[in-house]
Amino acid sequence: MKSRVLVALLALLTVVSLFAEKFPSKPITYVICFAPGGESDITARLQQPYLEKILGVPIVITYKEGGGGAVGWTELVTRAKPDGYTIYGTNLPHTILQPLQGGVGYKTEQINNIYFFQSTPCVLAVSIDSPIKTFQDFVEYARKKGVVTLGGSGQPSANSFATLRLAKLTGLNITYVPFSGSGTAVPALLGGHVDGLMTYTTMAVQYKDKMRVIAVATEERIPLFPDVPTFRELGIDLVEKAYRGVAVPPGTPADVKRVLEEAFRQVNNNPEFVAKMQEMGFVIENYDEAAAAKLVAELIPYYKQLWEETQGK
Amino acid sequence: MAGLQYLAYGFAQFFVVKTLLLMLGGVCVGLVIGALPGLSATMGVALFLPVTYWLSPSESLVFLGSLYMAAIYGGSFSAILLRTPGTPSNIGTTFDGYPMAKLGRGWEAILTATFSSLYGGLFGLIMFLVSAPMLARVALKFGPPEYFWLGIFGLTVISSLSRGNTLKGFMGGLIGVLLSTVGVAPVGGNVRFTFNIPELIGGVGLIPALVGLFCIPEVIDMVLNRSKKQLFQEAKVQKGIIWKTFTSVMKKQVDLLRASIIGFIIGVLPGAGGNIANLVAYSEAVRASKHPEKFGTGIPEGVIATEASNNAVVGGGFVPLMTLGVPGTPVDAILYGALLMQGLRPGAELFTRRADVVYTFIAGVIVATFVMVPIGLAFGRAMAKFITKIPLSLLAPTVLFLTMVGSYCVSNNISDVYMMLILGVLGFVLRKLGFEAGPITLGLILGSIIETGLVQGLLIGRKLAQPWLIFLTRPLCWVFIVLSVFFLFWPVIMRKRMVVSGGDQK
Repeated sequence: MKSRVLVALLALLTVVSLFAEKFPSKPITYVICFAPGGESDITARLQQPYLEKILGVPIVITYKEGGGGAVGWTELVTRAKPDGYTIYGTNLPHTILQPLQGGVGYKTEQINNIYFFQSTPCVLAVSIDSPIKTFQDFVEYARKKGVVTLGGSGQPSANSFATLRLAKLTGLNITYVPFSGSGTAVPALLGGHVDGLMTYTTMAVQYKDKMRVIAVATEERIPLFPDVPTFRELGIDLVEKAYRGVAVPPGTPADVKRVLEEAFRQVNNNPEFVAKMQEMGFVIENYDEAAAAKLVAELIPYYKQLWEETQGK
Repeated sequence: MAGLQYLAYGFAQFFVVKTLLLMLGGVCVGLVIGALPGLSATMGVALFLPVTYWLSPSESLVFLGSLYMAAIYGGSFSAILLRTPGTPSNIGTTFDGYPMAKLGRGWEAILTATFSSLYGGLFGLIMFLVSAPMLARVALKFGPPEYFWLGIFGLTVISSLSRGNTLKGFMGGLIGVLLSTVGVAPVGGNVRFTFNIPELIGGVGLIPALVGLFCIPEVIDMVLNRSKKQLFQEAKVQKGIIWKTFTSVMKKQVDLLRASIIGFIIGVLPGAGGNIANLVAYSEAVRASKHPEKFGTGIPEGVIATEASNNAVVGGGFVPLMTLGVPGTPVDAILYGALLMQGLRPGAELFTRRADVVYTFIAGVIVATFVMVPIGLAFGRAMAKFITKIPLSLLAPTVLFLTMVGSYCVSNNISDVYMMLILGVLGFVLRKLGFEAGPITLGLILGSIIETGLVQGLLIGRKLAQPWLIFLTRPLCWVFIVLSVFFLFWPVIMRKRMVVSGGDQK
């Protein structure tokens, strides 16, 4: 009698484990390598309900902040299980710049991005009360004062490189003041402690009534700020942005990656999600695993060169 | 007064059963999270953020706000009963709360913390309603040079935190500052003092440090002494003690008010929070006292100062968050995210366009502050009973287990647990050598504020002939310079005064 129950149980277990083969069959942990409330977190939060619907399992968002993301990404490549149940938000150019700078426990190539879903272009903004109304005003102001200070998020970062490039291309004496995040730089602008910010479109949207955007670092004008010229229009070849995506630990099986990749693609094709993201100033990007790898490969030499140029500055 | 009308509307929301239940839930969750060493208010709010997606904006904020307020208060329980601050906002509560518990006055200490938290919490929220837009503008005047001096001023607090040996206090503070330099630099991003150990990139986390430095030495003591008699005397329960404590706390209006004002102001400044406020408030209480030598021996004034101030921080932090859209404390940064997720943009127009949300939120947290008193007392009573009744052979491992869970939960990282244990053993040794955990943690908290302010200030100062002049050319800076110098020499002044008064008696 007992043995029959055992056999039945075993059979049941086999069936269950056969079903378990199908990915995903349990909650997926989505690790954000920054503090809650930032751009990476907000995106993940917006994706969460759609991902849950598509994948049919709960998505648990956790935080592993520290070292500008380096703590989490080191864990991603060294300790996380490659079974698809732990995925990490990743950022460019961070994962290129940090290994260049050294001291972190991962290499750029080890980050297996499976999707880049959004980006935030850099914008040059001043306080709404500032006498600077246009980029020409900004140039004159910088010439007259001798030095102009621009706050931004982190160093090295898309903000810091955009600032350094701007200084180089215009010949102006610009000092970059790094803050711990794009949000913490805002009070420094509003309180008049810096002359302007090199920040992201998301911030410019959030503080629309307190900041004046005077130039955007994109190829073409952005719909959110139709009246603001691009740097290229102003004769300055400056295009700079931060990308955000998601990565899996090295060695994750290809079929698992396909499932996740497809899920993120579907979220990005949901009109409701896209509308919410664009309203907040995000630019929707669609780089699947292959395209993401190509993008990173293209950006590495670009940032290496920038890095070398700015060393010792 | 449209504001009053909306506030009335906000209070009316509490006749809606759902809102009321959410607030009760927030209070209960907050109390438990606060009381568990390692789980801070910041984490609690972040953990429960996803729960709020299905709620309306005001319901979501009421829930998270109640959780926040209750967590800051709940942290006092473990500070008093285990000498471990439940959240970084309760560090100072260990100084007098724990000695009180040792003397068998643990229940009285919890009552004192409760009524002070109620007072501070309400004070902060009412001040928010009265003065928010005006203060938000002042907060913006605080730039990197001011934060640098604020940090330096904060360090002078050590002179009153270190009982007996001020020099050892400052050395402890220095150890904390050194610990704060490990990992990625707050400005510039270069990696320092990690000795090529990837686990150190993130630096020494405040929560693992708190739990390690405060709690582990206590557990080691428990095991070494093997006698709980020395740790706790049976909590005496006197009849009418609740009312008696309430009246005696409320009589200390000056102490309550001073601590609440300090908490509120520090809350308004973006970037500083309850972790600094409770220590500054404690130190100011020592300075203002007629019997400073009694602090640290287990007097209610010490608990009043820290617990009133940390709850006043809550309302203070809402000022820049709601009026400027600039988060004042780490918790406010998460609330900021919560607002964005709900499609609300924090900032001045939130008051005009969505006044219903703002005032329901504030009304909700006011109600929650009252509600947390009876729930907190029941919870605190149970915890006090549990800790005094449970045999030592169970208490020590239970506490150790909680500290490990708490440190692990900070970022689901086992290296935080190792860090906590290493700092714990270090803390035990340092304590035997006369270095207290208070100054060390203060140094750890202030180290990065000072460094950030210094480097950013020097960069901003490039507009001047000499960049460092920026630290001396701004009026607000001088306020802190004068305060720092005065308080640095405070122990010397005190000694002189005591010698003089002692001489008079002869």
